[in-house]
Amino acid sequence: MNKKKLLGTPYFIWSAIFIIIPLCMVFYYGFTDKSGAFTLENIIAISSPEHAKALYLALGLSLISTLICLLLAYPLAMILCGLNVNQHSFIVLIFILPMWMNFLLRTLAWQTLLEKTGVINNILSFLHLPALTIINTPYAIILGMVYNFLPFMVLPIYNSLVKIDPNVINAARDLGANGLQVFAKITLPLTLPGIISGITMVFIPALTTFVISKLLGGSKILLIGNVVEEEFTQAGNWHLGSGLSIVLMLFIIVNMVISSIFDKDGEGSVL
Amino acid sequence: MIKNTAKKIYVTLIFIFLYAPIATLIVLSFNASRTRAKWGGLTLKWYGALFRNDEILKALFNTLFIAFTASIIATIIGTIACISIMNLKKRARTVVIGITNIPMLNADIVTGISFMLLFISMGMRFGMETILLSHITFCIPYVILSVMPRMKQLNPHTYEAALDLGAGPIYGFFKVVFPDILPGVLSGFLMAFTMSLDDFIITHFTKGAGVDTLSTKIYTEVKKGIKPEMYALSTIIFVTVLVLLLLVNKAPSENKKVKKKSF
Repeated sequence: MNKKKLLGTPYFIWSAIFIIIPLCMVFYYGFTDKSGAFTLENIIAISSPEHAKALYLALGLSLISTLICLLLAYPLAMILCGLNVNQHSFIVLIFILPMWMNFLLRTLAWQTLLEKTGVINNILSFLHLPALTIINTPYAIILGMVYNFLPFMVLPIYNSLVKIDPNVINAARDLGANGLQVFAKITLPLTLPGIISGITMVFIPALTTFVISKLLGGSKILLIGNVVEEEFTQAGNWHLGSGLSIVLMLFIIVNMVISSIFDKDGEGSVL
Repeated sequence: MIKNTAKKIYVTLIFIFLYAPIATLIVLSFNASRTRAKWGGLTLKWYGALFRNDEILKALFNTLFIAFTASIIATIIGTIACISIMNLKKRARTVVIGITNIPMLNADIVTGISFMLLFISMGMRFGMETILLSHITFCIPYVILSVMPRMKQLNPHTYEAALDLGAGPIYGFFKVVFPDILPGVLSGFLMAFTMSLDDFIITHFTKGAGVDTLSTKIYTEVKKGIKPEMYALSTIIFVTVLVLLLLVNKAPSENKKVKKKSF
């Protein structure tokens, strides 16, 4: 028995060095200034007008994207569940295969599609519909977020839908529940872990992205992710960058706590 | 009937949404004009130019090398860790799994900067090694997450029976346990490989000046305009993977047929 426990030692050491210590480093830098003295300035910096604006914008855009993802993904998951498709091929098709086309290129392709003289506008003008001018606006960023993170919402919801015993739904029907009641009383509560985990999987990368806003939002729209990235790669103020990341981590922790309350057994996990 | 048609239309629309950019990139790889803004006619010249472009080929090699090395090491460490996690007491197991989940749940940008700060404080030179170390770290959770359910389903008595019958622990593991968890190990490996391949954010923070993967190369090209060879390359990769997947999905059914015939 003891030998088996020892087998994990390389991994435990690995995770201490590469997971725990790096996070401690972020906290160390976040709570100190350049001379190494303790300070809260880097954290409070989030309330300065430009940083607060970037945070609010990121929060707004990522909440909207998460909601759109949920509204798009739930019906899709239900339909796919009803179709009885091969689960493996479905995961590959929606999740694995697109990833082999580079994520930056896929996001850039939306530029080509959305441009004033782009593909979508050509189709729209052919149909005599008004042109869509959302490139370099927050709307394009929302579209990019929904596009990139939709699979992360579909999969957990789909996984929790497949697990529902059809007899439970049949029993509810026998007892006189109509379609809407079955959905509200049976399907929705049973898929809640999937929904919560989907929300986590979409909201966090959307909140912290700097790539999507850079590629689709022009260079003028700054999200909190862009601010942090610039502090590290251009401005070189790691202390401020770390402080702002700690603020981001607060949102992540709140999100994790909420999801662990709803999803005790890890049922809604992606895999 | 109408309901079914509506369902099909909905699924089709979502798939168009997910695959429209991919189709766009494939079309662009055949575009004779150098900019993506206008269509200059059909050409194959970018496919030829691709194989003369050393920078892109080097970046491709780096990307594949990192993805292979990181996912293989992550698969080995992760699978071994699973054996030991299964044998931990409940509380210790919760803690370990909680820590394992951190790189998956944490934002990529935070993970990226935390690696950057770690490597700086260790005085490491940024380059291939730093990228590899960070990729292995964020790949391990995907392996553990897909091997763990398989481990839980195992019947522990078969392994004990193997030991009773005289198998050594390593022989017993490879003969009895490993074949049962193999699907989980393989899907974990595939997941890790794909994640490493598609990663940009963490590589962005841990790479050195001289080393580029495809992602970081594309990112630096965004301002100047993406080289059309890049579209050609990603089309080749995409089509290759698509064909491989089709072959893999087809293979089992053909095997069955062969078996039936031989009986």
